[in-house]
Amino acid sequence: MAGLSFDLIALQLFAGLALGAIYVLFAIGLSLIFGMLTVVNFAHGAFYMVGAYVGLYLISIGGNFWICLVAVPIAVGLFGIAVERVLIRPLYGRGIDYPLLLTFGLSYVMVECVRIAFGKTGYPFDTPEVLQGAVDIGVGYFPLYRLFVIGATAVVLLALWLFLEKTSFGLIIRAGARDPQIVRVLGVDVSKVWLIVFGIGTAIAGFAGLLAAPLQGVIPEMGGTILAEAFVVTVVGGMGSIGGAVLAGLLVGVVVSMTSLFAPEMAKVSIFALMAVVLIVRPQGFFGRAGLMS
Amino acid sequence: MTNKVTKAGSISRRRLLTTASAGAALAVSPFRINLLQAEEAPIKIGFPVPLTGPYGTEAQDQVRAGQLAVAQFNDAGGLNGRKAELVVRDDKLNPGEAATRTLELVEKEKVNFVVGSLSAAVQLAINNVTKERGVIFNSISQSDAINEAADFSKYTFHEALNPHMTSGAVGRYAFAKFGKKVAFLTADYAYGHEMVRGFLEVGKEFNVENLGDIRHPLGTTDFSTLLPRLQALKPDILCISNFGRDQQIALKQATDFGIKKSIQIIAPLLSHASRVAAGPQAFEGVVGGCSFYWGIEDKFASTKAFNDAFRKMYDGKLPTDYGALGYGGVRTVLEAVKGAGSVETDKVVAALEALKYDYYKGPQYYRKCDHQSVQSVLVIKSKSKDLRNESDVFEVLSTEEPNEKYLRTCEALGHKS
Repeated sequence: MAGLSFDLIALQLFAGLALGAIYVLFAIGLSLIFGMLTVVNFAHGAFYMVGAYVGLYLISIGGNFWICLVAVPIAVGLFGIAVERVLIRPLYGRGIDYPLLLTFGLSYVMVECVRIAFGKTGYPFDTPEVLQGAVDIGVGYFPLYRLFVIGATAVVLLALWLFLEKTSFGLIIRAGARDPQIVRVLGVDVSKVWLIVFGIGTAIAGFAGLLAAPLQGVIPEMGGTILAEAFVVTVVGGMGSIGGAVLAGLLVGVVVSMTSLFAPEMAKVSIFALMAVVLIVRPQGFFGRAGLMS
Repeated sequence: MTNKVTKAGSISRRRLLTTASAGAALAVSPFRINLLQAEEAPIKIGFPVPLTGPYGTEAQDQVRAGQLAVAQFNDAGGLNGRKAELVVRDDKLNPGEAATRTLELVEKEKVNFVVGSLSAAVQLAINNVTKERGVIFNSISQSDAINEAADFSKYTFHEALNPHMTSGAVGRYAFAKFGKKVAFLTADYAYGHEMVRGFLEVGKEFNVENLGDIRHPLGTTDFSTLLPRLQALKPDILCISNFGRDQQIALKQATDFGIKKSIQIIAPLLSHASRVAAGPQAFEGVVGGCSFYWGIEDKFASTKAFNDAFRKMYDGKLPTDYGALGYGGVRTVLEAVKGAGSVETDKVVAALEALKYDYYKGPQYYRKCDHQSVQSVLVIKSKSKDLRNESDVFEVLSTEEPNEKYLRTCEALGHKS
């Protein structure tokens, strides 16, 4: 196929970054929870799906997309907090595979509950009217909504960074991730910190699910595919590193996009090829701390 | 304790004797035959379809309508009182899983027939099992390969359209109307490949120029990296050959990218269930084919009867294209059973071959050489305005009448005359 122009390659690069933004948004929640709690949250995809369904429900009872942007993360975050308090807390200190298995099973339960409540078939989710259509970004037309997703991801990242780096509570979280025992000795209730971290992580997952809904509609299994991709992102970026997740998410997006341009059949495999290469050269990922899994 | 046991034991022995003598009396009486028949196992139809996964929405409709065909058969008295039963299994859209489930249906459930599948690739896996074991399989999903001598067996029937017929009908309509420069976005497996081959074949008659074919894996959720390339090719027509959730997402994202502004999107098949699941926006203006649309009830009494029966069974809901195939696939087999007066495979095969039927969409029959159902193809367009009800989603643009000339010839498929 001929017709490779500079504009096309630039547009393709941009499409890759936009796709990467979605990966980033999904993966930072996963990375945050792992980095602070060493819980590999296999139910992250299910929280993402729940976010989309909560949005769907709110809109069906008369809400709009902008209300959802606030209400969905809160609702999913509260649900995440309940899950941490009731199911995950009893497993702390028991080895990494306990919460892993629990969340794995939980994801099946959540998907099945949604199937019972909303049915197995999917629902359409219209793009909010003001964000419909495509705009000229200089090298070609790009959907306005995807630009909005990039912006929303940037806002979430900035807020998260400010929260972790500039607030005293963020300081406690970071200290708790480093050495929970010392933090406890200093008189901080670590379990409360972990509760909030899990809540924030799942809130971001729900937010990502809501943002994904207008791109692909809503279906109980929607968390499954992105979970696999998000694990690649967190592994490449380094388990538990938020900065790594951002860099790796964007990189994965661009790799998929560029492979799509030259060999679309290979696009899906390219993600895993990238992961293999990174793991050979740098087993802990870009910014990962060695030994976190042991 | 000991006493009690002896007592109970003696009662049961007496009861046994009574029952045995009553049985012996019945055995010599003329009632025997009826009694035995009533107790005979039901006629079992195995029904492997992908209930979970990207084609789940369509598969659930197949089951619903298949159940209707069974209910109608049973209400009409079955085969001299012998009832039918649908044994549904989830094949998860996976050829290996489908083969295992089919084997289980044949060996463990002892099904008499198999109807089902919803994938060009999976149906071949099912067919492999059934043809080896000499069980009739009526496929209700699109495939060209299943007609070909290599995969065909005398037990293989194909109630669905095949890609050659579908892409032929859509191509003849679209290439004459929208232009000659065509780009393809294709699901990378048998269904997509066969559709593109069909489009290119009919395209020769119109001197169509193929600008390129971009393939994506089954179950893709993001097409944003493929669409800029397709747009840059500047085709008159973008032909999207995928199905189920892939189709929903591809059309939705193509709409977001503004592709419809300058390019006509066509699809070999527009799925009713997908159109409902994705909403009117995504499918607006897209032209494609289908085997059935409930709206042809003004034209055919059989369609009206099928719609009404379906409405009655499912609280006013209307059947979809793939639902209708589930109904047609099961009903033809059961009608053949009635005609043959038996569930014996060879007799039912002969009865199916002899069938000239009109059960839901106008006249149809199975071609002798490949057991392909010769039938009409509808060319439809998705509506977004003036919808009369939730099922009022398509407008029928034209109908290609049933005719063997739209099928590949028996010789081309490798069948001997």
